Amino acid sequence: MVQIAMATGFILILMGLYGALTNHNILRIIVSFSVANTGVNIILVAVGYMHGRTAPILNEAVPVAEAAARIIDPVPQALVLTAIVIGLGITTLMLAFAYKLYERKGTLDISKFSELKW
Amino acid sequence: MIKRVIVLLFLLGLGLLFIAFMQGYTPDSELNLTGRYYAEHTAQDIGATNIVTAIIVTYRGLDTIGEVTVLFLTAAIVGMLLSRGNRKGKSLQRELPQSGELLTTGSYLLVPLILLLGAYVFINGHLTPGGGFQGGAIVASAILLMLLTDPLRHFSHQLIAIVESISGLLFVIIGVLGLFYAGGFLDNRILPTGELGSLFSAGAIPVIYSLIGLKVGAEFSSMLVNLSETEDS
Repeated sequence: MVQIAMATGFILILMGLYGALTNHNILRIIVSFSVANTGVNIILVAVGYMHGRTAPILNEAVPVAEAAARIIDPVPQALVLTAIVIGLGITTLMLAFAYKLYERKGTLDISKFSELKW
Repeated sequence: MIKRVIVLLFLLGLGLLFIAFMQGYTPDSELNLTGRYYAEHTAQDIGATNIVTAIIVTYRGLDTIGEVTVLFLTAAIVGMLLSRGNRKGKSLQRELPQSGELLTTGSYLLVPLILLLGAYVFINGHLTPGGGFQGGAIVASAILLMLLTDPLRHFSHQLIAIVESISGLLFVIIGVLGLFYAGGFLDNRILPTGELGSLFSAGAIPVIYSLIGLKVGAEFSSMLVNLSETEDS
């Protein structure tokens, strides 16, 4: 189970990086980065998973006294919650910059933006 | 061509690293020290049933302030980038097609329900899966639905800014109150922790998470509104 989730995450990262490195359209690059970002989140959650345990919420299924033996690691989940929010912020920023670039040049082809190339 | 080969070689190397990592990985069978501490102490110390919420709002509350600040910065930069140039003077040149009966009527029915669900999710953040960030995203999705129905609808930037600043300010003030009346910055025990599992429990966590929810909802909405207002010319 953990292996499947991790393999999915790694494949998503590789797919995202491949898309970001080979595509020329800025919007496609942004989508690729989102895919890679999702892969990282899946791996982080998978690392915290432990077989046969349940979510870190204390209720009838998880009495307080047995919490340490019943729940999965809550720390990666808290980390991923942060990572998702920051990932959304980054995506929005990339979209705003892409809009600005389009406004300037009238194109979204990254090979047309050669000002910083040497 | 040579570029694509280099990219493939790079990804191949990375993939080999990943495979090596996966083969060397053995899942834990016991909670590590940090996780064990949180599992054992959350119920007595914080009074929240959702341990992830306890970590985010109280144990690592300072990081959450940083996270909310990053989100605020993003919203501010998006607003600055996209609102440059007096866009108000320009009126829309092309007529937009009607959005359709189904979408319009559906949004009248769904928007209040989505807002209610968002508020429910962030008020119950300490009891159920969910919390301020998720609830805020749900609230913003109601705004997105309204924008889809009528892309030219005008949202008051001022109202969004006021909601955002007031909730951010109250968040920090509650954190500082923790310094004086409880153990430290953002300590939730300035209010009684109450009975485990009831709505009014876990001290200040529901208050803080509601404020975070309002703030995140306002920030996401301002990003959406700013991005949608680029729809001109």
